[in-house]
Amino acid sequence: MHNKSVAELSRELESGKISSVELTRQFLGRLEKEDEQLNSFITITEEQALADAHAADEQRAAGKATPWTGVPFAHKDIFCTNGVATTCGSKMLANFVPPYDATVTENFRKAGAVCLGKTNMDEFAMGSSTESSYFGATANPWGLSQGEKRVPGGSSGGSAAAVAARLVPAATATDTGGSIRQPAALCGVTGLKPTYGRVSRYGMIAFASSLDQGGTMARTAEDNALMLNVMAGFDPKDSTSIDRDVPDYTATLNEPLTGLRIGLPKEYFAGNLSAAMEEQVRGAIREYEKLGATVKEVSLPHADLAIAAYYVIAPAEASANLSRFDGARYGYRCEDPKDLLDMYTRTRAEGFGTEVKRRILVGTYALSAGYFDAYYLKAQKVRRLIQQDFINAFKEVDVLMSPTTPSPAFTQGEKTSDPVTMYLEDVFTIAINLAGIPAMSVPAGFVDGLPVGLQIIGDYFSEARLLNAAHQFQQVTDWHQREPQ
Amino acid sequence: MTISRKDIEKVAVLARIRVDEEQVSALEKDLGNILDLVDQLSAADTDSVAPMAHPLDAVQRLRPDEVTETNEREAFQAIAPATENGLYLVPRVIE
Repeated sequence: MHNKSVAELSRELESGKISSVELTRQFLGRLEKEDEQLNSFITITEEQALADAHAADEQRAAGKATPWTGVPFAHKDIFCTNGVATTCGSKMLANFVPPYDATVTENFRKAGAVCLGKTNMDEFAMGSSTESSYFGATANPWGLSQGEKRVPGGSSGGSAAAVAARLVPAATATDTGGSIRQPAALCGVTGLKPTYGRVSRYGMIAFASSLDQGGTMARTAEDNALMLNVMAGFDPKDSTSIDRDVPDYTATLNEPLTGLRIGLPKEYFAGNLSAAMEEQVRGAIREYEKLGATVKEVSLPHADLAIAAYYVIAPAEASANLSRFDGARYGYRCEDPKDLLDMYTRTRAEGFGTEVKRRILVGTYALSAGYFDAYYLKAQKVRRLIQQDFINAFKEVDVLMSPTTPSPAFTQGEKTSDPVTMYLEDVFTIAINLAGIPAMSVPAGFVDGLPVGLQIIGDYFSEARLLNAAHQFQQVTDWHQREPQ
Repeated sequence: MTISRKDIEKVAVLARIRVDEEQVSALEKDLGNILDLVDQLSAADTDSVAPMAHPLDAVQRLRPDEVTETNEREAFQAIAPATENGLYLVPRVIE
């Protein structure tokens, strides 16, 4: 059962061959055993899951089942879940039990899905390795199968590892600079970051409000489509939510790809890519040509400024968003504060980890008097140049493709001594967040036994086309079905 | 680009994060590296470019000025470190 996709499990439940309670018990049993060595979950909600499974079986008996009724999955621990700890991977929120559900949480609940728990992540979504979590690092199951401690990527490393290890068929995730696509690539799973505003951010703990986007992670493109059907949509409670119809993302998965115009940004196939990685990715692109697509080189002239722009904008927005964590109303409060200022400064010094503090300080600096124009405003202008590059590219092609990451999963501790080394992991993913366009990572091969991801980038609100392209690729390749031992 | 100890201390005050002596040295190095990365932006020609705050240049939506939410103070304060009579308790501000 644990190898089945959401679509397959849905059919199993519909056929009556297995109940949701029995299915949930099987997944929980396996999860409790296997997660010992992975540490992909922060909280496992066994009792609630079984209660939800029971309710799902009743819904099915009453003829009210949806494709998700009774199907097990997990939420990244950044989505508020009413009555269930939501820590954001931080000591600051280790004791935080939200009194409300995120819209994403509510949507899955209404669809009848069964949440098994909350997955591990880099603290406050700031990271590319899940090593900064207050609850310890998550191991990459592919690394473990080689006897090594490798990172699953981040910040959605828990979701990626859990899906790769078949602990759940699907898990929600978020992407601000690559945090869905990069871990999906390093763990050999399929993930999608939608267009900015496509998925509600209400109840999704904020890191950088103009970049954050909730998205999907599963082993197949079809499952990602099923997830997006539940997650996408206008939400009046999110003032940045876009009011636009949600198509059935599963309805167009089988459209033929003849005539699909693919652009390869030359800046993403340059120096920092190893020959082995490039070979795998170009091999994947050749499969697309066999499916009827045409390929041409394009250029994103401002691509090399993306990381610099991001590391002004994201920390600046983070410094504003994280100012709410002050020990006054919820979360961590330092012991015996002697006055209000002591409460603020010590709560935040003790409650936040090193990387989070670094980013808040950089962001505060960039926004402070005398530096605002030179840093923040300048970065916002460069952001428009980066966006314009994509708009121009999409005049000539339908989608862009590139490697998702410069290299496969690195070892724990390999990139933690200089923060900038870690930042360069996102070199191919970050511009996409700045522009707000959608993108996916799809398993595309292996290098030295470790998964490699192909990034597919689309124009605004082209998620259906991306999923279609990924699904067709997965009909003629089996990288997405490989299982770490 | 280097960031001075004084700048770090000033920014720490603005961010309300206590930073002690040993941490300042590590921050000098780390923040310096990050700001070196960021300095690449000065190479870009942005003279006639408008800053971009939102990918679709969307603006804040407005709604009718009507009460639609219910007061859930009890639920929200149940998770507070210290409350009294519906107020949040914090250490004394002014002596």
